[in-house]
Amino acid sequence: MTSEIKPANIDNSMLEIENLSVEVNGRRILHNLNFIIAAGETNILFGPNASGKTTLLMTIMGFPQYKVKQGRILFKGKDITGLAIDERARLGIGIAFQRPPAIRGVKVRDIAEFCLQDRQNGKLVEAIATQLNMTKLLDREVNYGFSGGEIKCCELFQLMVQKPDLILLDEPDSGVDLVNINLVGKVINELLQTSAGLIITHTGHILNYVTAQKGHLLFNGKLCCELDPQELLATIQEHGYAKCAECPRYLNLRS
Amino acid sequence: MTKRDLAQKAINKPSPLGEDIDLQAYSPDTEENLYASDLSKLATREKQCMLSVGVTPDDVSQRAGTFVQMDHSIIHSSANQDGLELLSTTQALEKYDWLEDYWWHAVDVDTDKFTAYTEIHRNNGYFIRALPNSKVIQPVQACLYLAHNNLAQKIHNIVIAEEGSELHIITGCTTAPMLASGLHIGVTEIYVKRGAKITYTMIHNWSPETAVRPRTAITVEEGGIFLSNYICMKPVRTLQMYPKARCVGENAIARFNNILVAPAGSTMDVGSHMQLEVRGCRAESITRAITTGGTIIARGYILGGAPEVKGHLECQGLILSERGTIRAVPELEGQVSGVDLSHEAAVGKIAEEQLEYLMARGLTQAEATAAIVRGFLNVDIEGLPPQLTSEIKKAIESSEKGLF
Repeated sequence: MTSEIKPANIDNSMLEIENLSVEVNGRRILHNLNFIIAAGETNILFGPNASGKTTLLMTIMGFPQYKVKQGRILFKGKDITGLAIDERARLGIGIAFQRPPAIRGVKVRDIAEFCLQDRQNGKLVEAIATQLNMTKLLDREVNYGFSGGEIKCCELFQLMVQKPDLILLDEPDSGVDLVNINLVGKVINELLQTSAGLIITHTGHILNYVTAQKGHLLFNGKLCCELDPQELLATIQEHGYAKCAECPRYLNLRS
Repeated sequence: MTKRDLAQKAINKPSPLGEDIDLQAYSPDTEENLYASDLSKLATREKQCMLSVGVTPDDVSQRAGTFVQMDHSIIHSSANQDGLELLSTTQALEKYDWLEDYWWHAVDVDTDKFTAYTEIHRNNGYFIRALPNSKVIQPVQACLYLAHNNLAQKIHNIVIAEEGSELHIITGCTTAPMLASGLHIGVTEIYVKRGAKITYTMIHNWSPETAVRPRTAITVEEGGIFLSNYICMKPVRTLQMYPKARCVGENAIARFNNILVAPAGSTMDVGSHMQLEVRGCRAESITRAITTGGTIIARGYILGGAPEVKGHLECQGLILSERGTIRAVPELEGQVSGVDLSHEAAVGKIAEEQLEYLMARGLTQAEATAAIVRGFLNVDIEGLPPQLTSEIKKAIESSEKGLF
């Protein structure tokens, strides 16, 4: 099966996914994906559980267990398909994890100082932590004994310090209480003022805080729709994902 | 039978743990070293060796007392705080008849050939004592230095914290740089009296061909606290020690932190043996072990011999090279109901997930590995004065540099 490869928009594209197929543990999860995120653009990724959303994010970030079997990933016009995670991070891709590992003895502050690299500025770290209301987490071991809300804040904190050009967010609005969603939403919106973004959401809450240009629907490892994200969310809320299985666009992709 | 008789009988008795060592292969004697009232006048290379184990020869004013033994000779001994006594054990035995009650009391003289040899051929050692209710907040530093090639250094130390007192000791054991071979035997008997507290921080920095056999035992009385920190991150041919802490009074506490790094060619067999003999006693041993090619055996034993005691053993091991062995040997023995004893151990390589997490923030694999290892060794040690904490951090940091 082949898909049409969209022409590269070299002037304006932040991320281009070309005909991308991905396997995890020998099982194909993503099939021939194509899409472009333009500079300054925010894209939303919808899809039912186990449709491959997290796999796509992890593949873009370069985690080695996600094996690209076909196609390529371009970032700012450069083919990054074969690059290691840290090389991608240094080129300007950042990710907020949904379930990050705890690392004993490594303080949040230590990671922030690494993220700053040459921009050594202790005050910046404190200021961002204050904004996220998490100064007391700075000297804690990263993710060790953190609550769900603390994990979210800490992930966003690291992105704020890192200042990537493209941010990948995996369900930033899940498991966050009503007060914190406000904070999380505002911080993400601030991040997106200077970065492009690709955000996974189930609830769509994050759309109350950020302006997104495109919504994609991932279903059984295939991208079926590219619509206005609000419109897509409304459709999913109305019909659920069951409707997707009957959708001509999806059926066309299967053939 | 006298202690000497017991020693004579045990002179060929091998230790059940660790490779056997031929005592005849080492020379028992050497010439005397000169006393140095001003340690800052020592040779630079000697001072550097001392600094590497947390002993500061240039500025002893930050210490409550300083004791330096080179080979067999006391080259410096000074105390500058009321309530602290610091002597060689040879002097202390002459001064105090009652010291006989502490001499070979916590450690049996016929434990093995090493204790026996020390009884027969002893060369000094330190006597550190905090008088009743005196708080010696600044650390007392003791350095045991092996300078003469192929020497068997055999030392007998006594530490006593009298009732209600507090004592912080940093003891550094080291050798002259590039010492071709040597044997260090250190017998240390530590007594924590009622309501007293001792923190005992020992940093070892041997030459790669040294054999080391410390023989340590601690008695902790009611409400007393004994806290041991042991750090050995440099090559040593063979090291075997299994200090034994007996909590003999209600609510006594013994706690051990061990940080071990074994490069290729090194064997470190290090344990903590804890006996909770009375109601309410607590014990804990935490070991962080890294091999970069050597062998580490991390032992732990807790005996729960009375109700309402609590003990925990923890060993985390990281294998950072293709070859290298870490063996965790935890043992728990409960003898009555109402004891609460537990252990946890994990040995393996660095978790990929952790490496990748840091790499996603832009750290290279090498930087991420270093950060995780540094974190792994960054054991927050409770109950130490800040100065000692920073001293330990410094010692660990300087050793870490050699790891990558």
